[in-house]
Amino acid sequence: MRALVWHGKEDIRCESVPDPRIEHPRDAIIKVTSCAICGSDLHLFDNMIPAMKRGDIMGHEAMGEVVEVGPEASGKLKVGDRVVVPFTITCGECWQCKRGNFSLCERTNRNGAMQEKVFGRVGAGLFGYTQLTGGYPGGQAEYLRVPCADETHIKVPSTLSDEQVLFLSDILPTGWQGAVQCDIQPEDTVCIWGAGPVGLMCVVSAVLLGAKQVICIDRVPERLAMAQANGAIPINFDTESVIQRIDELTDRKGPEKCIDAVGMEAHATATLDSIYDRVKQAMMLESDRAHVLREMVYVARPGGVLSVPGVYGGLVDKFPMGLVMNKGLTIRTGQTHVRRWTDDLLRRIEEGQLDPSFVITHKVPLEQGPAMYKTFRDKQDGCVKVVLKP
Amino acid sequence: MSMTTQGGMRRAATLPRRGTAGRLAGQLGWFSLGLGLLEIVAARPLARQLGMHGREDLLRLQGLREVVMGVGILTARDRRPWIIGRVAGDAVDAALLAGHAPHARPGSLALAMASVAAVTVLDLICAESLRTEEGDYAARADAVRAYATRSAFPKGLEQSRGAARDFQVPRDFRIPDALRPWNAA
Repeated sequence: MRALVWHGKEDIRCESVPDPRIEHPRDAIIKVTSCAICGSDLHLFDNMIPAMKRGDIMGHEAMGEVVEVGPEASGKLKVGDRVVVPFTITCGECWQCKRGNFSLCERTNRNGAMQEKVFGRVGAGLFGYTQLTGGYPGGQAEYLRVPCADETHIKVPSTLSDEQVLFLSDILPTGWQGAVQCDIQPEDTVCIWGAGPVGLMCVVSAVLLGAKQVICIDRVPERLAMAQANGAIPINFDTESVIQRIDELTDRKGPEKCIDAVGMEAHATATLDSIYDRVKQAMMLESDRAHVLREMVYVARPGGVLSVPGVYGGLVDKFPMGLVMNKGLTIRTGQTHVRRWTDDLLRRIEEGQLDPSFVITHKVPLEQGPAMYKTFRDKQDGCVKVVLKP
Repeated sequence: MSMTTQGGMRRAATLPRRGTAGRLAGQLGWFSLGLGLLEIVAARPLARQLGMHGREDLLRLQGLREVVMGVGILTARDRRPWIIGRVAGDAVDAALLAGHAPHARPGSLALAMASVAAVTVLDLICAESLRTEEGDYAARADAVRAYATRSAFPKGLEQSRGAARDFQVPRDFRIPDALRPWNAA
């Protein structure tokens, strides 16, 4: 089959690889009909997250049709079912899964020992996201093996298009969880850093959940235009002072809820601390650029909540813990417990309450995937979200 | 979905306002121009300080390179290739300084090396930031117009505000009770 394969920094190729096969009785094989490039795939493209191996298949946002089912998965899945595949692989049986903390599944990371050395404890296995998270082949391919398939799937009706449901795999529940972690109240101002696909899903979620005011910060005009079209007040940090503008919008109180939808690769040049981060990162003295975290801590209203769906990979420097403590801030973060939210989100899509396909700007054959990584990373050609058709 | 691509977008005739990286590039352009002119007109005293006595023409040549880079940066539509050119120039400068180090005045050499290192860091940061900032201006302007109507809400924005207030935030995701209004349920 054809698949997008990681070969090194900025080197992803569309190649022929062996077809996946059932390896465990709980497995299923799906024929991928649509998959997408996620912003977090770009960290792998830039080689910012360790433990990718040459030959790893990329992708953790995929959907398709079930073509083969292992005997232990056949009770819940059958050939021909149309499913979206959550990016977190979940057993549904462990202590964490039983509590709905699916991204912390204790059983599905087959390289758990490796992850334990780095993180102290083990989290769920993920598709196409380094050896640390299990080294499972990803979904940017013609076929995908889904481990624990009886639990790791979302059945979707044929009345909805791929584009309407594909993002149940990651960015929609990720944006939703980012907003839910804020426990939004009707009097809240929610400020979202980043207007990429996850940031935009945070905007949509915050609006649906009834925030009084939603603010979105970025510097890419077309992304800010999308955020504004969906109810956010845009702030372009290239052309205006973020802190001054937030002060104006919140009567100098600060937002009650802040969401970091940027993560570890915040851009340099905006502020002194971001240049400092870039230099330290270049000298391998820190791994993540924490400008957004610092800014959130600084501007948040005392007693507020900071929600961090943005991906961080390792160590940050100059984190103002004193401000966090003295302002009584609550920080909530984590990979997305996808299945915890998807029944509710699918219902809302079916009822016409939301349609996440608005974010798609590029739909191309799988073979064009490698080029689209660069287009997406460099935010060229108005690129916000890429869907690949194997 | 008019922006879903099978090809690129039209180019507009005018340049929009530069962002932070674009402005930094402009400042580096002026710096190039100034340094280049200095190397051309004051090649002799500079050569003495840097241990390049008798190599004044080489220094003027470097000056000319800086002037070309400066003009290139200040006049280019896409400044990134010129900034990358500056990084290459920084490497040449560092090599020249190192090559003539035995004959240079130590204080002057240290100052020059530190300056080259600092400017190289700025050049690298600028080049990286320009990658996303400069891009295709025209495409960006077209995209802003096209995306301004893209909505996730089939029923319209105003009708969708608070439409999911029926959602019950799970207990483990609720803000701490201590941070709720004291008289709240």
